[in-house]
Amino acid sequence: MSLIRGVTRRDLFMKAGIFLNGIVGVILAVPIVRYLLSPVTRERKAGYDSWIPLGDLEQFPSGETRLATYRNPVVSSSDGGTANIACWVRNVDGKSFQVFAINCAHLGCPVRWFPQSSLFMCPCHGGAYYQDGSRASGPPERGLFEYDYRIEGGKLLIKAGEMPTPGQASNIVREIRTCV
Amino acid sequence: MRLIKSIGEWLDARLQLGTSIRETMEHPVPRETASWFYVFGSAAFVVFMLQIVTGIMLALVYVPSAGEAWNSLQTLNHDVALGWFIRGLHGWGSNFMVAIVLIHMVQVFLFGAYKYPRELTWIVGVFLLLVTLGMAFTGQVLRFDQDAYWGLGIGASIASRVPFMGHSIVNLMLGGPIIAGTTLSRFFALHVFVVPGLLIAFVAVHLLMVLKLGINEWPMPGRVVRKATYTKEYHELTQKDGLPFVPGAIWKDLFFAAFILLSIAACAAYFGPFGPSGPPDPTIIQTAPRPDFFFLWLYAVLSFLPPSMETPALLIGPVVGIIALLLLPFVFGEGEKSWRRRPIAVLTILLVAVALGTFTRLAGNAPWSPVMDAWSAIPIPPEFLHNRSALERQGALIFQDKQCHNCHSLGDQGGKRGPDLDAVAVRLTQDQLIRQVIQGGGNMPAYGKNLSPAETTALVAFLETLHPAGQSPARDASRAIALGPEAGASPVTRR
Repeated sequence: MSLIRGVTRRDLFMKAGIFLNGIVGVILAVPIVRYLLSPVTRERKAGYDSWIPLGDLEQFPSGETRLATYRNPVVSSSDGGTANIACWVRNVDGKSFQVFAINCAHLGCPVRWFPQSSLFMCPCHGGAYYQDGSRASGPPERGLFEYDYRIEGGKLLIKAGEMPTPGQASNIVREIRTCV
Repeated sequence: MRLIKSIGEWLDARLQLGTSIRETMEHPVPRETASWFYVFGSAAFVVFMLQIVTGIMLALVYVPSAGEAWNSLQTLNHDVALGWFIRGLHGWGSNFMVAIVLIHMVQVFLFGAYKYPRELTWIVGVFLLLVTLGMAFTGQVLRFDQDAYWGLGIGASIASRVPFMGHSIVNLMLGGPIIAGTTLSRFFALHVFVVPGLLIAFVAVHLLMVLKLGINEWPMPGRVVRKATYTKEYHELTQKDGLPFVPGAIWKDLFFAAFILLSIAACAAYFGPFGPSGPPDPTIIQTAPRPDFFFLWLYAVLSFLPPSMETPALLIGPVVGIIALLLLPFVFGEGEKSWRRRPIAVLTILLVAVALGTFTRLAGNAPWSPVMDAWSAIPIPPEFLHNRSALERQGALIFQDKQCHNCHSLGDQGGKRGPDLDAVAVRLTQDQLIRQVIQGGGNMPAYGKNLSPAETTALVAFLETLHPAGQSPARDASRAIALGPEAGASPVTRR
């Protein structure tokens, strides 16, 4: 075989074969990667948040903080109970509201409201927040995550759909806004 | 007998594996390595086999769907004959596997086995440790209960802190905007296909290198590893004073593997399976999520790190740790193998073991977490209420009602988040108590907006009674001078 110097027919075909498989590999890799990245691209394009009704305003008496639950707007048939999300609704003075995510701003554990001491406490690492969601003590670096809200036809609506985490762009923006 | 032999010969004539298998089994190993210290690697492998078998069994019933998984675990526990035992085997097998892999790693480290020419064996071993921990974490997720749900939330919160890409990583990890169906499906794929695939591949390379390079000889003080001479010296050692792996050394591996399997079975039978705890419904917020045993230390570290240090420590710490482990055989590839001549190596192990042990133990009772129901479920011990005035007892009531007890203990009952208050009156004067209650500080929330002046007075009156019988409460000496001797004596009642 190697008696013939230079490129043999077989060598050429082998290299062409490898090259062909390389091209096919790239052709296949594009849809595979796009498939894998779909949770990210979906977020970039349409976003996950939408306006969700939490219930009638009467459910949230003035000056009190109540637990509310909603069905996440982005669901799949296999979600079961995991798509039911809780949040804390604070009726500040009958007119303005604050809606806090259930997730602690430290590591996402569910915070609990204690009306007697007007504190939110986290059972995981002991983060505590005042009634307006600002940080009181413990490891959290910031206050509770807050959803945008609006009132429409006697109902309270919030803009939600994504689990809030410390690294989320919208939360970082909000944090800067509250700092200023 | 003759039939079996002829079938064997027929197979070998076609497979042609007999010779190489026999050579592998009978390859000579240094005499001292036929030791009880050299059984952990094979034990980890055997436990991995158990995990594969029990894992397949569980997959026969388990439903990897967020809406169904928890119910299918209940079915396994209660409706399938011995389903609870198989779950127990798999759960305890997981704990044993992590433990044995860690012990194996410590033994290899102390015996200098990572040195030339076994650097790559060590590096693959580091990957095996990471992959084993990956199996433990993804497995904890598949036990889809409250702990799994909020554990995922913690994982997402940590991942979200990666600069620039954090948010995308969270979406990728969860398979969507929230912890839901797609999240469990992808963790199922990771736990059942991806990570075990990696594990099998790494184990194969790891074992191949152990066979090719030979098992590490028993380290002798003074027998120094030099790249130029090591291979020749090792060869002489095995040839002159070696013995065949089978049966010379393997019987100890077999005995230990059987002992470990029996221990796992005993734990599974006696303690039963792990969980599941409450259903993974995030609207049930009366929960205090806890990680599994091997991640408890991390849970403790996360509560102790100062807020400003947390993100860098979480993101940089693991990278530095893994790089240090990977670089170890290149930096210390030659020299003494014996732990008797490597005091820093021994101290490192002790330091890491004591640190991990302490953090794990602390995480067992989690003093940093408020006891969420202490204010309503744990009464103030009677001795703190005997012979108290009405005002002081009113203060005790406020102490309970304002959830002070959730973070502060009295008579060792209640939260440990803040300091215990058994003798707080000795530490703080009246003014200091008032200031602390109203303004908070030192990691305590301020209660100024939430306590009326009357409530503050009553609460501080109660706190001032908290001192040992023979010890008087702290007093501000200047007060007596400024307001007269009566003011210093009992300021609260005078007001």
